[in-house]
Amino acid sequence: MSKSTRTTPSPGRRRFLKSAAVTGAALVSGATADAAAQSAPPARPAPGTAATLGREADPAGVEVLTTDRPGGDFMVDVFKTLDLEYVAANPGSSFRGLHESIVNYGGNRAPEFITCCHEESSVAMAHGYFKAEGKPMAVLVHGTVGLQHAAMAIYNAYCDRVPLYIVAGNSVDATQRRPGVEWTHSVQDAAAMVRDFIKWDDLPASLQHFAESAVRAYKIAMTPPMMPVLLVADGALQEDPVSSHAALRVPRLTRATPPQGDSAAVAEAARWLVAAESPVIVADRAARTHAGMARIVELAEALQAPVIDQGGRLNFPTRHALNHSDRARELVSGADVILGLELTDFWGTVDAYRDQLERTSRPITKPGAKLVSITAGDLFVKGNYQDIQRYPEVDLAMAADAEATLPALIDAVKRLTTGDRTRVFEERGRKLATDRQRLLERARTEASYAWDASPISTARLSAELWAQIKDADWSLVSPVDFVSRWPMRLWEFNKPYQFLGSSGGAGVGYGAPAAAGAALANRKRGRLSVAIQADGDLMYAPGVLWTAAHHKIPLLSVMHNNRAYHQEVMHVQRMANRHNRGITQASIGTTIDNPNIDFAGLARSMGVHAEGPITDPKDLAPAIRKALEAVKAGEPALVDVVSQPR
Amino acid sequence: MTKTTVTLGVAILAIAATAFGQAAAPAGNAQSGRKVFASNGCYECHGYEAQGATPTGPRLAPRPLAFAAFSKYVRQPTGQMPPYTAKSLPDATLADIYAFLQSLPAPKAADSIPLLK
Repeated sequence: MSKSTRTTPSPGRRRFLKSAAVTGAALVSGATADAAAQSAPPARPAPGTAATLGREADPAGVEVLTTDRPGGDFMVDVFKTLDLEYVAANPGSSFRGLHESIVNYGGNRAPEFITCCHEESSVAMAHGYFKAEGKPMAVLVHGTVGLQHAAMAIYNAYCDRVPLYIVAGNSVDATQRRPGVEWTHSVQDAAAMVRDFIKWDDLPASLQHFAESAVRAYKIAMTPPMMPVLLVADGALQEDPVSSHAALRVPRLTRATPPQGDSAAVAEAARWLVAAESPVIVADRAARTHAGMARIVELAEALQAPVIDQGGRLNFPTRHALNHSDRARELVSGADVILGLELTDFWGTVDAYRDQLERTSRPITKPGAKLVSITAGDLFVKGNYQDIQRYPEVDLAMAADAEATLPALIDAVKRLTTGDRTRVFEERGRKLATDRQRLLERARTEASYAWDASPISTARLSAELWAQIKDADWSLVSPVDFVSRWPMRLWEFNKPYQFLGSSGGAGVGYGAPAAAGAALANRKRGRLSVAIQADGDLMYAPGVLWTAAHHKIPLLSVMHNNRAYHQEVMHVQRMANRHNRGITQASIGTTIDNPNIDFAGLARSMGVHAEGPITDPKDLAPAIRKALEAVKAGEPALVDVVSQPR
Repeated sequence: MTKTTVTLGVAILAIAATAFGQAAAPAGNAQSGRKVFASNGCYECHGYEAQGATPTGPRLAPRPLAFAAFSKYVRQPTGQMPPYTAKSLPDATLADIYAFLQSLPAPKAADSIPLLK
């Protein structure tokens, strides 16, 4: 790069503005012949010859103020090869060039611009979209303040092993920045602030570099363990004309196949599972694609082994006779072989922890139980953020993608299964089916307690919602942890897209935008998207309601409005008890009341159909019915339900 | 801002049910007990109607544990439940809470609720 002074401009973003003077300066400063050629006025290109189009110039030496072919157009060409359907963003000047290229040059299609009111919403929408769609949504963020806003949501996706395709604008060349805000919004190393919780990043220095890194980023993000990636798009690259001499091309994307478990390890695991008397399969983020659930079902049925679905994804049909998620501890305690598939926390699965003044833990497995882990998480670990959980002492660890390893494991299990073992398996299956029926009955009975209570019980809320969606092609696009997992106990989930798991990093504010992103993916398939929406979560960035209305995203949000950050109520209460300081103050700083939030009014103010607040359970069904009418007409709708804590 | 979701686990009140017999409960005021239960502490994990919640705390009523077992567990819990000492929760208030739990009626049978059939 040439020396930058006020009288010798760098061959940077606004060099083309004074073509004659800059050409002379470049030659004087010893710039290369190629650079000089780039500075010379090119011939006006034919319309549509995009890849080699340069700036416009006037032979009379009049200042050139326009170009037909900015670098952002080429970036859009790159995005189109990656099949990016949407790009979510809150507008920011550091990517104004790319923004304009998307909406004009790209025709605002593939990717289509989704307007968000907060970068945390942009990222979480992309997070939810991926889990419903199976491919990334692009996200544009301001290189500094936007990425800072986005950081928590990126961390959620990192923990949840979800690929995000993030592009951050920045202005690298300090001599070309506008005075004032562009300086405060520029950064030397934009990716540094999130590098601890993304998989890869790059700062391309040319458009060809951008193309290659853009394709590489996609490939890296989509290879298990999947994670966010970040490209920094320099403002000059976006805005300056594409050089007439640039021979730009977009490299071909070849997706990497996911890593399978070592064949000897697979065979050993199969031997243990077939020989086991009480094997248990535990799955967390195992069903990475829609094919994953069928594979876990096939393995479980081959062994007639119970499955504990920890809910990182929908791994197993909820009413299957082998789904025993409701008695996880009992099964783990009695197991002789435990197969963990993409577990976030194997240690926490097989150990009990007690949160008292003296914190204690102990294994809950019986002596000699064999633990087998298959997780791609073993292939990529970073040090700073501690989502790796406590070290689990397993007997066999496959650093591999569980879903990709299952076909080989299933084959090995079937080959080893003799007639004698088949009879044992069948007998085990009959007992498990009986136990499963008992679990279903128990759930129904437990749901009947507080059935008519006000605030409305989370069981009643879940049952009322289920009654009105069960005959549709539905998808629950919200987590269920805060409503005591009632949907998993009362509803029949049997299609992979019917549940998408949780945030990953437990960063509050994920729920509402992730639901909107998933609903956006579901829209083109005509699926009915429903969310049980926590109040505290929505208040982080409620502007996503406007995004849903603006983009006509059909989504039914039924509020779980317990008027608190209730997890924190319980934490502060625990501290008050531990410190022997009474029971009256835990609500300070943890509850969301006085005044109560009018969520229906909030939603209406942003163009969302709304009902409520509903405090009498008898009013719930009519309110849901009315809201569903709006959703079926293609609009978002919200029902505010004042609910029990959990 | 990031918050941590922590599953508090299930207090295992039921285990103590038979160990401490059926000592007579002290007289308490159910109305006062409801007020305390539903405003501070108890409701947070067990729900306003003591119906329980799988990840936080078990159902406490109807038919609560015998008072001796109930009281012992509240004061010196062996599971995840935080301890409620007599300083935090005086004996008289605990008796009121117990009276409230005793006053809660049995729910309708699940089979009689159309949505649960």
